[in-house]
Amino acid sequence: MRFVPLTTPSPARAALVTLASVAAALLLCALVFGLAGQAPGTVYGTMLRGTLGDPTGLAEVARRTIPLLLIGSGLALAFRAQFFNIGAEGQLLLGAVFAAGTALFVPLPGPLLLPAMFAAGFLGGGLWALIAAALRRVNVNEILSTLMLNYVAAALVTYLIAGPWKGKDVRGYIYTDTFAPQAWLPTLSGTQVHWPTLVLGVALALGLQWLLTRSTFGYALRVVGENPGAARYAGLKAARVATLVALLTGGLAGLAGAGEVAGIHHRLLEAGQISLGYGFTAVIVAWLARGHPALCLLTAPLMGVLLAGGDLLKIDLNLPFRVVDIFSGVMLLCLISGEVFVRHRVVWGRG
Amino acid sequence: MDTLILEALARALAVGTPLLLACLGAILNERAGVVNLGVEGLMAVGALAAFAVAASAPDANLWMAVGAAMAAGALLAGLHALATVTLRANQFVSGLALALIGTGAAGLLGKRFEGLPLFNKVPDWTVFGVALSPFTVAALALAAGLAFWLSATRAGLTLRSVGENPAAADVLGVNVALVRVLAVLGGGALAGLAGAFLSLAYRSSWADNMTAGLGWIAVALVIFVGWRPLRAVLGALFFGFLYYLQFRLQGSSPVPTEVFSAMPFVLVLVVLALAGVRGQAGDAPAALGRPYVRGER
Repeated sequence: MRFVPLTTPSPARAALVTLASVAAALLLCALVFGLAGQAPGTVYGTMLRGTLGDPTGLAEVARRTIPLLLIGSGLALAFRAQFFNIGAEGQLLLGAVFAAGTALFVPLPGPLLLPAMFAAGFLGGGLWALIAAALRRVNVNEILSTLMLNYVAAALVTYLIAGPWKGKDVRGYIYTDTFAPQAWLPTLSGTQVHWPTLVLGVALALGLQWLLTRSTFGYALRVVGENPGAARYAGLKAARVATLVALLTGGLAGLAGAGEVAGIHHRLLEAGQISLGYGFTAVIVAWLARGHPALCLLTAPLMGVLLAGGDLLKIDLNLPFRVVDIFSGVMLLCLISGEVFVRHRVVWGRG
Repeated sequence: MDTLILEALARALAVGTPLLLACLGAILNERAGVVNLGVEGLMAVGALAAFAVAASAPDANLWMAVGAAMAAGALLAGLHALATVTLRANQFVSGLALALIGTGAAGLLGKRFEGLPLFNKVPDWTVFGVALSPFTVAALALAAGLAFWLSATRAGLTLRSVGENPAAADVLGVNVALVRVLAVLGGGALAGLAGAFLSLAYRSSWADNMTAGLGWIAVALVIFVGWRPLRAVLGALFFGFLYYLQFRLQGSSPVPTEVFSAMPFVLVLVVLALAGVRGQAGDAPAALGRPYVRGER
């Protein structure tokens, strides 16, 4: 088997390969469920019925789409610049910490509170990602550093809610006091869909697409990602681009964290409850979108179905929530393995 | 005082054993030019496979449990080989996917083993009056063996040439893809073995997430020890000792426990940064992380 490079891979080919990859992933996952003694039909049926089948399910999907959209569109940008930020999970947590800190301890007039929380969330997530950008300058692979920082961020959250920020009338469980109502985001009635964050996510996905394709920074970013040699020749500072990309993607993850605490929980609580693996799932959102932030408007809801469905598997079929990891991993593996078929024709036999 | 030092050494060796085994596996595949970040997942399936065999057949030979762990690790690593060597996928992302699949699948398939006791745990050996796990002895022997194999044998030289300059190796008639696939499978088997130590000897039980980030630390350790198996022994001992300190100081100091749980990861970052500043990252095999395509540079 040989791969012959195609000079101009068509978008149709890319779409077809992506669909085939997703189909292959779903089949492989079915195999794993079979091994675990679950009928794949039941598993997929439960996931679909409970997510797209009724209004409550749809609202649950929308709720999970919000952080995925924010993080995913940032990551789409980061991957274009070859900055493999895998630490959105930690950056989201830092965003939540900064936003919660603002809500709990900064005396601001009511209308200013929410904007300040989001600004703080962006800052928290961005700064956390900047650590990885700084370490990259001394040749520390950002995949490793951002991953390690996830663990550190989770420990930081636990420390805060069990220690200095522990709520006054909280016994047994650990979380902070509930925020004042001025720090609560409005939601669509009867759901947990905090729509202002959703609007923000849609606007940012479109904005980033514009940034990537129409602005000078976007141009520099694409050159640095696609051809580092040419970038150096053109005098583009790869390190500076990486720093800006880190700040931006980390900041977006931070916004997602701010949205979760302001829109749903109204307090800071344990890491595993703030994020249901949004950081990792968003990697797939970005990969499926093939580096186009705007396409995340499609891929984020798709993965939202998967996360909401995973929750149902836990409740209805008593499966561990980790099944979501299997979905994510298998899908990611199939997507990157399929990549070669986008840019190459397969010829059988030896060259 | 003496007993304190002995206790520290024993615990450092115990935690260092899975780190060393997994690190040696990663050195093996990285010296052939393939990064595998999926060690955490490989360890998880290794731990589960070993426990499943040992617990389902109490009279089963423990060798079978160990073999199952190595086979499971190699099998999962086979996916990585297929994706990265044959299909030229991004090695870093593929490894990440592997970590997710491994920990996820182990969590799902291992649910039925949660909380079960293990009656036939691997007994310690007494070496010069010190109780050591056979896994520890094996890990130390493997480190010496791998160091010798890489530097002094023809096969080792071939493997290194594939990691340093696959094009030149190809011209000399080396089957680059085959060497890389075998190296990845070997690395997976060693990570599986590291997992077997956890479920058969160290904890002698199965719990979700029992690898607890050790796999990630092993991956970082490879860079810290400059891709050298003998230095990996010292590196693993060093991190093992840090874990001991964490265990020892917890509760008895005014420092909050979360600082200790975050410490290994912060230290990995510090250590990687130091290795980077010292220019040690330059010791990496030249073709590390890049797929080999004939006729391309």
